[in-house]
Amino acid sequence: MRRTLLTGNGAAAWGARLAEADYVPAFPITPQTEIIEALAGWSERGEMAGRVVTLDSEHSMLTAAAAAAATGVRVFTATSSQGLLYGMEMIYTAPGWRAPFVMVNVSRALASPITLEADHNDILAARDSGFLQIHCATCQEVLDSVLMAYRLAEHPQVRLPAIVNLDGFYLSFTREPVVIPDQEQVRRFLPPFDPGNVAFRADRPASQAALVLGGSLYSYFRYEAHLATLQALTAYEEVAQAFEREMGRRYPAVEAYRAEDAEYIFFLMGAYATKAKDAVNRLRERGMRIGVVRPRLLRPYPARILQELLRGRRAVAVIDQNLSMGMGGILYSELASALYGMKDAPMLVSYIGGLGGRDISTEELFTMAAQTREAADAGVTPEPRLLYTAAELREVRKMQTIAGSKLPGHMEGKNDE
Amino acid sequence: MSEGTIKSMKNLPQEHILGEGTSLCAGCGGLGALHQIYDLLGEKTVIVNAAGCMTSLAIYPYTPFRGSWLYTAMASAASGAQGIRDALDVLIAQGRLPTEDDLTVIALAGDGSSYGMGLSATSAAIERNLDFLYICYDNEGYGNTGQQFSAATPWGARTTTSRGGHHGKKKDLFAIWAAHHPVYAATVIGAEPLDLARKVEKAIRLRGPRLILAMAPCPTGWGYDPQETVEIGRLAVRCGIWPLKEYEEGRLTHTRIPQPRIPVEEYLQKQSRFRHLFKPERNAEAIAHIQAEVDRYWSNVA
Repeated sequence: MRRTLLTGNGAAAWGARLAEADYVPAFPITPQTEIIEALAGWSERGEMAGRVVTLDSEHSMLTAAAAAAATGVRVFTATSSQGLLYGMEMIYTAPGWRAPFVMVNVSRALASPITLEADHNDILAARDSGFLQIHCATCQEVLDSVLMAYRLAEHPQVRLPAIVNLDGFYLSFTREPVVIPDQEQVRRFLPPFDPGNVAFRADRPASQAALVLGGSLYSYFRYEAHLATLQALTAYEEVAQAFEREMGRRYPAVEAYRAEDAEYIFFLMGAYATKAKDAVNRLRERGMRIGVVRPRLLRPYPARILQELLRGRRAVAVIDQNLSMGMGGILYSELASALYGMKDAPMLVSYIGGLGGRDISTEELFTMAAQTREAADAGVTPEPRLLYTAAELREVRKMQTIAGSKLPGHMEGKNDE
Repeated sequence: MSEGTIKSMKNLPQEHILGEGTSLCAGCGGLGALHQIYDLLGEKTVIVNAAGCMTSLAIYPYTPFRGSWLYTAMASAASGAQGIRDALDVLIAQGRLPTEDDLTVIALAGDGSSYGMGLSATSAAIERNLDFLYICYDNEGYGNTGQQFSAATPWGARTTTSRGGHHGKKKDLFAIWAAHHPVYAATVIGAEPLDLARKVEKAIRLRGPRLILAMAPCPTGWGYDPQETVEIGRLAVRCGIWPLKEYEEGRLTHTRIPQPRIPVEEYLQKQSRFRHLFKPERNAEAIAHIQAEVDRYWSNVA
């Protein structure tokens, strides 16, 4: 065990190395590239036994990843944003093969407009694919979650691929102190991959992913995958306990920060949770009973845990770093569905923010807290809000003037700060 | 070819290991070729399939294959082959798989995938010198969806998306492969079983990227009676529109030079996809154009 400074990308690469991944099909994309560069370097220098092969696209990369996993080796891969979308056909295809592997996604906002910085629309496009999803807020958590994801994905009751998600730039390129566990320690936690009966062998010919005719067989396989995903909720607890025993770090499926007595909650996932915790500390100094609830496990969806954590709160500010066009925040709608009809359910106040890496300032978090309290006092759920300041809008208009463009705008009058 | 064991029809496999009674169309030229190829490849194989007609061979819970099978997606049979080949190599290197239990990795795709959507992945697999055998069954259109034109559809052919005759020009997939300098590439047709078997036997012995490009006469897509599949295939070779050839160690060899070549219209008029060139009135210009293209090809063959 040693402690060093690592970026989120470095931590992800270390996770794959310590998991002793046999095979890494790769394809570069910002801000993920550093992960595959690190793995390729270690592999070249013989510091890691795993084989790194650069494919021609994410679609090819994901096909190779799933095919290798279906042949019975431990596979790691990584992507981001447009790459995730380019591979999306295989993201939806691979879980049905029931061949577990781990992919890291470094969240980056989607085109258009094309950009580099983070939000969660990329990873949420994979939401319904059958991949398990673990979302990280620190670099340590990235390394640890890769190890946990392997044990969870390979769990005999689960056997599904898993995505470990971290935010581009905010985590991928930020150095934090990270404990790198010893190889022996990791081996005690994560035994070698047992492919079970999913493997191609000369003496055991197998047909994988064959065509089915008719909805009955199709439904059977889809329900099986869904039920296996739900099994991952129980398996996750087992994995988290084993991880804590071995490494001394505890990662619940849903993190609750200063939430025990909280009347108000910031609900969000990813790296901005760290800013929300800081805001909570300051708001508590001013006497507001507020905490943070952050789902780490998004698939399977920890509905029961969230119900228990949020029952009896006055109100929850749900901060979505994503936007479902014409609907709003995805975390918000999922949480509303989980809490609907529950006795003593809190009011949910919806915010959209942090798109394309836009900062969510501490002042904005204070404002959200105040608005959420006012809404609870008034007993009226406000309209979802798009976080944007008048100053930002003025800047945009200035640039449009310089560019000579006269696009019709919809935003004037929509923002109230 | 001298080092091969297949000298005559008597040397062809006597045991036929690909199951029959599949859901494919009667008279499928692609399946006919696959039967012959699979008899030679044997059971220690894993076939990575791209979306196409052959996807309907393995329908849960039945399969005609004695070896393994993985359906991937339309664009990525070659990438699936990469993942399996790499995984088998890793297992062998780690001592987890005995060398004698190694599998031959085969990509199986139609022309829609091979000439189009899957071409980038295939090109990359050849460039990485992947040890795999790529089988393309080329029925010159998106057959599984009812014969729309593909990048393999010949000029003039009627498809369900080119009712008046296709305006594009069939891509030369063999030349595209050859331009990558693979270890082996060959064109075959089920109607010429000895030529096919010799090439497949050679391909099996080599290591690296290998192509078997099989023209697949298609009764439903091309419009002829299923019992004429072999006859259509023979005509395709004899008129010169489907040259039988191989690429090996940088050399191109024609394994059958039709001499004399029969007029291409003898091949065309047997198929309803070209009927509009003959009825209601003969389109002499179009037929001459197709003939001229064939003649031009062979004029460049030494």
